[in-house]
Order: sequence, then C-alpha cells, then structure tokens
Amino acid sequence: MNDAVKIPPAVSGVGGWLDDRFHGAKGVRVLLKKVFPDHWSFMLGEIALWSFVILLLTGTYLALFFNPSAADVVYHGSYTKLDGITMSQAYASTLDISFDVRGGLLMRQIHHWAAIMFTVALMAHMLRVFFTGAYRKPREINWLIGVGLFTMAMLEGLFGYSLPDDQLSGAGLRITEGVAQGIPIVGTYVSYFLFGGEFPGTAIIPRFYILHVFLIPGLILGLITAHLFIMFHQKHTQMPALGNTEKNVVGAPFFPYFLLKGQAWFFFIFGLLVVLATFAQINPIWLYGPYTPLAISSASQPDFYMGVLEGSLRMMPAWEINFLGHTLSLSVLIPALVPLGIIFTGAALWPFFEQWATGDRRFHNINDRPRNAPARTGVGVAAVCFYGILWAEGANDVLADQFQVPLYTITWIARVAIFVVPIGAYYVTKRICLGLQRKDANMLVHGVEIGIIRQLPNGEFVEEERPLTEAERAVIDSKQPIEALPAPGETDANGVPAPAARSPLGFARRIANRAFTETVEIPEGHGNGHGNGHGELGEGEHAAIGPAEDRRY
Amino acid sequence: MSETPEEPTGPRRVIGTPFPAPQAVDVLTEPEEVPFSAEPPAPKHAQNAERLVAALFVLAFLAGCGFIAAYVGLEVGQATLPKGANTVVAVLRSNLALGSSLAVALLALGTGSMIWVRHLTPDIEIEEERHDMNSAPADRAAFQKDFAEGAAMSQITKRPLLRRTMLLATAPLALAPLVLLRDLGPLPQTDLRHTVWKKGLRAVTLGGLRPLTPADISTPGSMITVIPEGYQDDPDALAKAGVILIKFEPGQLHVPTNYNGGTLVSTMNWTVDNIVAYSKICTHVGCPVALYEQTTHHILCPCHQSTFDAANGANVIFGPAARALPQLPLMVDSAGYLAASSDFTQPVGPSFWERG
Repeated sequence: MNDAVKIPPAVSGVGGWLDDRFHGAKGVRVLLKKVFPDHWSFMLGEIALWSFVILLLTGTYLALFFNPSAADVVYHGSYTKLDGITMSQAYASTLDISFDVRGGLLMRQIHHWAAIMFTVALMAHMLRVFFTGAYRKPREINWLIGVGLFTMAMLEGLFGYSLPDDQLSGAGLRITEGVAQGIPIVGTYVSYFLFGGEFPGTAIIPRFYILHVFLIPGLILGLITAHLFIMFHQKHTQMPALGNTEKNVVGAPFFPYFLLKGQAWFFFIFGLLVVLATFAQINPIWLYGPYTPLAISSASQPDFYMGVLEGSLRMMPAWEINFLGHTLSLSVLIPALVPLGIIFTGAALWPFFEQWATGDRRFHNINDRPRNAPARTGVGVAAVCFYGILWAEGANDVLADQFQVPLYTITWIARVAIFVVPIGAYYVTKRICLGLQRKDANMLVHGVEIGIIRQLPNGEFVEEERPLTEAERAVIDSKQPIEALPAPGETDANGVPAPAARSPLGFARRIANRAFTETVEIPEGHGNGHGNGHGELGEGEHAAIGPAEDRRY
Repeated sequence: MSETPEEPTGPRRVIGTPFPAPQAVDVLTEPEEVPFSAEPPAPKHAQNAERLVAALFVLAFLAGCGFIAAYVGLEVGQATLPKGANTVVAVLRSNLALGSSLAVALLALGTGSMIWVRHLTPDIEIEEERHDMNSAPADRAAFQKDFAEGAAMSQITKRPLLRRTMLLATAPLALAPLVLLRDLGPLPQTDLRHTVWKKGLRAVTLGGLRPLTPADISTPGSMITVIPEGYQDDPDALAKAGVILIKFEPGQLHVPTNYNGGTLVSTMNWTVDNIVAYSKICTHVGCPVALYEQTTHHILCPCHQSTFDAANGANVIFGPAARALPQLPLMVDSAGYLAASSDFTQPVGPSFWERG
C-alpha cells in the first residue's frame, strides 16, 4: 500500500466504529466497486431522479408558507393591483410567497420547472427503455413500476397545479368536475364526494393539498426506491459493444466515477432549473387573478403533460347517448379514458405481449439496437405520434392563432391524423429499420466505404472500403434472431395446421409473430464475431460489382 | 481468407466520409490484475485541469456568498420596503439576483465536478460478472421444502375452516376504508337540476352588480355576463347560475327552442326585446363560454372550442359539447329591470348519468 491509498485515521476510525455495529465492510465494498455501464441515454432516468429530489426540497420550502385553505380573505398585500379583492387564503398565501418571501418566487418557479423537467425526463427515459428493449426479461417489473411512476407524476402535477386557486387552476378543476360527472352511474357521486358537495366548494384545496404533499410523493418515493433497488440488484443493462456480453457488465466503478458524475449531473440539472426559474417566468398566478367560476381566458392551456388529455377532449366529436332516462356522455368519457388507457395499458402489457408474440423467454442484459426490432420500434414511433397529435391538438387554438389556420380545420386534421398517422408511422419506421439492417448486413460483407474512389485498369470506378473493426463488428453482431413460429394458416405435410395455431388466439399470435420476425438475415460466415469481412457471398447477389477482394487495392 | 487487412494507406480522409477505424482494444485480453495507479491519463494536462476545477469551485463559493448577500441586501414586500416602493420591481430584482447567483454556483460546481471526473481520474474500465437472476435448482428446492414445511406447521393447508374464516374476517375490514369515504360529501340529490334563478330574481352585471333595463343593452351584437342578484359572494351558486345576455337586431334572432321538461318548445316568449339569455356554463365539461363573435353570432368555449349558434337557440355547431346551452326565461319586472321568469327548465352544465 503506497502513500496515495493510505486512509487518514479519522476516516478509518469512523469506518471501524460503524463496521463494529453493522458488519458493513464486505457489503459496502460491493457498492464501491459496483459497475455502472456508461451511455448518454442512461442519464435520462437520472434527470428524473434529481428533478424529483429538487421537487422535494423546493416543495418542502413552499409548504412552510402555503396555506391550503379555500376560506375567503380580503387581500391587502404587496401586489397592489389585487388590493381589496376577496380571494381564497390559498391564492393569497401564494401571492405572499411570490411577493413577500425573499426567494419565494424563485422557489415557486424552480418547483414548477422541476415538475416539467421531471415529466419530460420520465418520458424520455421510458422511450429509451422501450426502444432499446431494456424492459425485457428479467426487468418487466421495473418497467411496470416505471409506468406507475409516470401515472403518479401526472396526478401529482395535476394536484399541485390546482393548489394556488388562481383562474387557470380553477378552470382545470372545473374540467375535472365535468369529467367526473361524465362517469356513468356514479359520476355525480364521485364529483360530490371529491369536491365535498357542489363545485367549487371549499374542500377540494385542502384535499388536493394532502394528496400532493404527502400521499402521492410518498408513493413516488417508494416506487423510485424500489425501482433503484431492483436496478441495482439486477445490474444495469448495457449497450452492445466489444467485450460486452450477456454474462458481464462493463463500465466504471461506482466509487469514485459514478459518484462524481452523479454529483456533477445533479448540480447541472439544479443549475439549469435555476436558470429557467430566474429568466423564464412560469405560472405567474398574480396575472391570472383569483378563481371565479364565470371568468376564463382564451388559450387556457394546462401544463404540457396534461396536454394529451386536453387534446383528446378537444378532438372528440359531440357524441352523447340518451336511453331509459339516462345520459351517457361519450364526448367526455371516451377522451378521458380511451387515449391514456391505450397508452398506459399498452405500455404495461407490452413486455408480456412481446414475449407472447416472439416466444422469447431468454434473459436480456444487452440492449437491442432499435433497428434490430423493427416491429417494436414501429409501435414505439406510432405511440409517439399518437401521443404527439393529441398533445398538439391540446393547443389547437394557439396553433390556429400562430399559423393562421382555421380552428376547425386543425381539429378535423387531428381527428383524421389520430388514426392515419400512427399506422403510417408504424410501416414507415419498420421499413427504415429493415433498411438499416440491410445496410448493416452490407457492411459486414463489404466493410465501410472510406470515400476514396479508385479506377480499375479496365476503367471501372470503385469506392474503396475498409473492413469493420472488431468494435464496429461487435455492435452489428449484437442482433439476436427471433425464432419464427409457423406462418398463420401454414400446415404440415399432411395439410394439418399445428394444434396451437388453430384457435383464434393462436392465429393472432402467429400474425404478431410474423411482424416481429421480419428481419434481414446477417450473411453467412459474417455473424458471431468470427467473420472478418471476407466471407462467402450470396449466390449472384454481388456479382455485378465484382468480388470484394478485387475491389480492394 | 483470415488475414485482417492493413489499414488503408491512401490519401487522408475526405471530409464528409467516416473517420478511419479506431484501434480495436479488447478488454477481455487485458491482464487480470491491473497494477493499481491513481495517476490521471495525462499528468501535465491534469495540472491545468486541477487549476480550472479549483477556479470553478472558487467561483461557486463566490456565487454562493453572492446568494446570501442578495438575500440579506435585497428586501421584498411592503412590510420591509420603504413606503411607496414598487413591490413588483423589488421582487423581480431579488429574483434575478438570487437566481443568477444560485445558478452560477450550481453550474460552476457541476462543471468543476465534470472536468474533475473526466480529466483528473484515471481512465479505467472494469468488468463484473453477471448471472441470470434465477436461483440454482438446489436453492429453489430447499426454499420449496422450507416453505411447504412452514405451511404445514401453520396448519393452514389442512384446516380449511381456519383458512376460510380468516378470509371471511378480512372482507368487511377491507371494505371499511371505502365505507369511511362516504362522508366526503353530501349526496347529489337533485342539486344539479336546479339553479338559484327563480321568478322575479333580477339579473345584475358580474362586474358592477348593476341591474339592467332592456334599454341598457341597446347595442346589438354585444354579450354581457349577468348573475342573480345577491349571489355575488356564493361561488357554488354562481358556478351554475352564470348567464349571458345577447342583444340581436330585430329579425336576426331565429325563433329559439328549448327543452321544457322533456319536450322541445318554442321560446320566443322567453326573450325580451330581442335579448336572449343563455347559461354561461358549457354543456361539455362546464367551462364558462366566454367568447362571442358578433358577426356570426357564435359563442365559443375557450376550453375545448365547443361552438354554439346564439341566433339559433345556442345549438352546437362544432366541438365536443353535445347539447345546446340552456336558455333562461327572461321578463321585465315591475321596476323595468331584466329578471328571470323562472329557473332554467333543464339542468345546466355538463352531462351526467341521471340527467336523462
């Protein structure tokens, strides 16, 4: 042991004291040496984690000053434009936080920006996990926890956003009430129990407050803890690269690398949020005024993560069914339940659907490249388009105003696009993925074109190529074949279909399986890292441009 | 055919083409035990990096001090500011000073930490073994044995009476929390069918609480929000009873129709002097329908763009609302002011199951 690694007695003393009590040296050493694979996209989840930490810090500070009460008070505070106005104590105390508490406005704006950063990061992280197939066995449960976290984050945002009792948040509550009333059979009861009677009442703010500061953050904290422990226990996935296998994890040790990087990342995110809070005004509730049920402003938009619900409500045609003295408000019910139902239920079921369709029960620790799973990537892009159209429709009035397009035209475009675009996006994405696979296969055969054109003695021009390096080859070789089930309706030699394929479910499974197994074969002799770019060529496939050997030097 | 070809030795890389292949390093062929070294990859470079990181940390220190100074030095709020000072400007100034000092401190710390880990720590990559998550068959078998033995010892497997009564006991307890939620609010009863409007109740302006004579609304094409007199401080009442008055040129207003009970009736006699009164609460999800386009007589809800034709009984012409805005029967009271001649004849606001 040289001088550089001698531990000062004070530190080793404390360490020894703790070890006497917890027997921790062995276990904590594992943590010190824990390997974390490195890739920029692995930081997306970390953004969400740090944003949540910042939300807890700033939220606790705000709660020291906020008064979650709907009781009336006549305002005589520092914002003189609202002097003498009757408002709720919730709104008045939010004004006080903004105008009478030093740093209060900054904390409010950091809190709001952090909430947006949290949801953006959650979405980006979920998309990364989806497109790289990181949710596959053994990580399905962590994926489900992630879906739960996303749901919680949306609810938490809605509750928090409703607390200041300003004009805009009251409009959000009014919509919440209207949607609740639209629920069949129990709608009015749900609404009355939620609001403690008629809208707006005085119960909703203290109720949302306790949900916002205690119940939901507690659940989020618990789910995040479980999420991280499971990730730690199962070890992080890694990107396909040379030396990365299903049986190892390659990267830098937690201490000091990940610790330092995590620290840097936390300060960056916090710093960025403070920059936004300082220079980009958000939710200036004093401009909106206190909530009154009969006022509203145009371009009333919720925070972006609720935009998808807003857009669904705006897009829906006026459908309503009256039967046997009852009203079924489809124009509220469908947009409130169906789009997010498709997205959340679809996300939760997806890993199991994929297993069912592919029959793939293997452990996966190396991430897929999106191109190598065309069906999944196609569905992912379709889902992004579906969500994006709903989200954009949520701002149809702003779009109409900014681009001078009639409002109804935008809504009609969205009504058509919501069906057409996702389906189109699926097929286009799938073709792009297969094209990229074809390019990969080509690179295995011919190598990489290096931009040098050479004229052969016979006058022909060829572009020179170099073979792939081991590192490049390892990435391309990471593609794992999916076993194809027999095609739908395929029969054996005696004309009898396989027993499992006869049921409608079995038939559906085979159709899904076909979508998943559409692939470009890696050329013979090039796969598995053993090839060197000089394998046998497919019969006649490349004859027109001559054998690869001839074209090099 | 197994020779790895040499790197191409032609001209230099042409711009726009891929970089030459990086040298492949196989981590697996590296020796098992790397001799320990805490030396950064480039010691000379590290010297500069250290100075830069230290400078950034000093900057963070100074910015942190600046934050405290800004907190102490820049007062906000009328309680502490001198009389007559602009409280909004004070807040913005404080926010700018606190925010920018805090941002500099955090970003300098972040940048410093990042340079530290990238340029001052040795480049190492280590490999850890990874095992499939499933336990060894022997472990599973041992677990199963212990579990089965424990279950047998607990008697739960062979005493179904015990098992079933325990489940029975938990059922009402599981329901109890739901039962407890009952008192969260009163039952809806028929609240949603009524508003506070009744015969003779005057309509007053929302802003000034001023009663209106038909002559006060002399300009055709305007839309005025009115509320029932005396209810300005009752948000629960206002949330249902808000009404818009629209004045038309003679002949512009088509004969409006409205549901009275379950039947559609002509309601020209519900208007006064070409002034028609509609509920301001959107029949979609209850936002106030606040936008009015004079030339087309379209009432637009800013929340979800349901559009109603004011000249035609406020029928829906676009958007998600499924029903026309209910019409309030108007009359002129003995003092000549506009008043309701009854409550709405159908529920206002969003649809609900019992609405019928």
